[in-house]
Amino acid sequence: MTYVGIIITFVFINNFILSQFMGLCPFIGVSKNVESAVGMGFAVTFVMSIAALATWAIQNLILVPLHIEFLQTITFILMIAALVQFVEMFVQKSSPSLYKALGIYLPLITTNCAVLGIALIAVRSNYNALESFVAGISAGLGFLLAIVLMSTIREKLDSEWIPKPFRGTPIAFITGGLMALAFMAFDKALLNNLIG
Amino acid sequence: MISRVIYAFLSVGILGGLLGLALAYASKIFAVKKDKRITDLEEILPGANCGACGYPGCSGYAEAIVNEGAEMTLCAPGGADVASKVGEIMGVTVEVSGEKMVAQIHCHGTRDTSKVKYDYKGINDCNAMHSSFGGDKSCPYGCLGLGSCIKVCPVDAISKTDAGYLNIDKDKCIACGKCINVCPTGVIKMIPYSAKTIVACNSKDKGGIVRKYCSVGCIGCKMCEKKSPDGGFKVENFLAYIDYSAEGSRTEAIEACPAKCIKNLDEAQ
Repeated sequence: MTYVGIIITFVFINNFILSQFMGLCPFIGVSKNVESAVGMGFAVTFVMSIAALATWAIQNLILVPLHIEFLQTITFILMIAALVQFVEMFVQKSSPSLYKALGIYLPLITTNCAVLGIALIAVRSNYNALESFVAGISAGLGFLLAIVLMSTIREKLDSEWIPKPFRGTPIAFITGGLMALAFMAFDKALLNNLIG
Repeated sequence: MISRVIYAFLSVGILGGLLGLALAYASKIFAVKKDKRITDLEEILPGANCGACGYPGCSGYAEAIVNEGAEMTLCAPGGADVASKVGEIMGVTVEVSGEKMVAQIHCHGTRDTSKVKYDYKGINDCNAMHSSFGGDKSCPYGCLGLGSCIKVCPVDAISKTDAGYLNIDKDKCIACGKCINVCPTGVIKMIPYSAKTIVACNSKDKGGIVRKYCSVGCIGCKMCEKKSPDGGFKVENFLAYIDYSAEGSRTEAIEACPAKCIKNLDEAQ
């Protein structure tokens, strides 16, 4: 698969939130306003791209040669946790205001299944190092796209009248569901038409 | 078979150890040095994060004092107490004048006492309502009663009384001024904490006009000036004001007020 194909696949066709339904916790939790949604989107993009690259290295340099692929999950999680810790330190040092805005959701990227998801999917698709990295970036950008779209919709929803039982999270999930339906328009056939 | 167990054990152990070391090293490089005075200040400041000082939260204000030389008397909730403690940490003496102020809503007009211009069916927010013809009340100065101030109050000091008007609990109020900023009619004003009497009206219209739209509005009759000459009452623009530095009795004015808009706050609660 070409790099363009990988990018289109992970941003639109297999969008992590809207068609794979991974990483819904920050998607609902941090999408209340656009600013923190953008910050979260970029933090996740960074972690995902580095994680995809690092886990490719673990898989192909450690696990496969030693025939211990069953350790995939635990070593990947270890790597991701360390990366997130590093990102947290870096953000705290370089941008205290962003650090405050992201709050608890920054360390929670550790347990964001989208990050583990991209690592496992990249390995399962037999991507090489660069392809894994590109897949990580595009999956992160897909996340960014979905969370920013969602946050703009939710900012508008704030000033609308909503039936009481649906206020807050329920209407957010319904909105997310409708967005997911819209994203079903992107499918493999479209990709084939686009790049043959 | 056994070798795979050992490999698994070793690889996870070594990987974990290396990552741990890397993080320990990174934490040294990225260590955020914090001024001791900032942490001390954060402990002394009330921690309500109300924003009355103009900085983002208490820790933001603490940083501003140390790094930008911000004024030390800006903390309204803390008052003189906190200001002098802040001075101690910064090594200067801070002089604070004036007693603690609290916000109060100067209108007791409800939908029962005041005439309504039209039937409002919009967003439940004073500013939204005010943008359509200045609200549904015929009185353009009074409390619109939708409680936007209740929503912004960081300490839940504002509540709706049984009679239907809004009241601010002066013991809970931290004088952050958020309600004053959000209120579209400017009916919320600061009064001294010790004040027991308020003129519960904000209408600057002439008496005759006020009478037509509100049964509890100040008509500017100057009865309070006459009955309690030492009470600090002063009628300007057809509205009575109280100069709280006057220490005379105000009970006669409360009883004499024909519109009953001068209220004893203890009874109003």
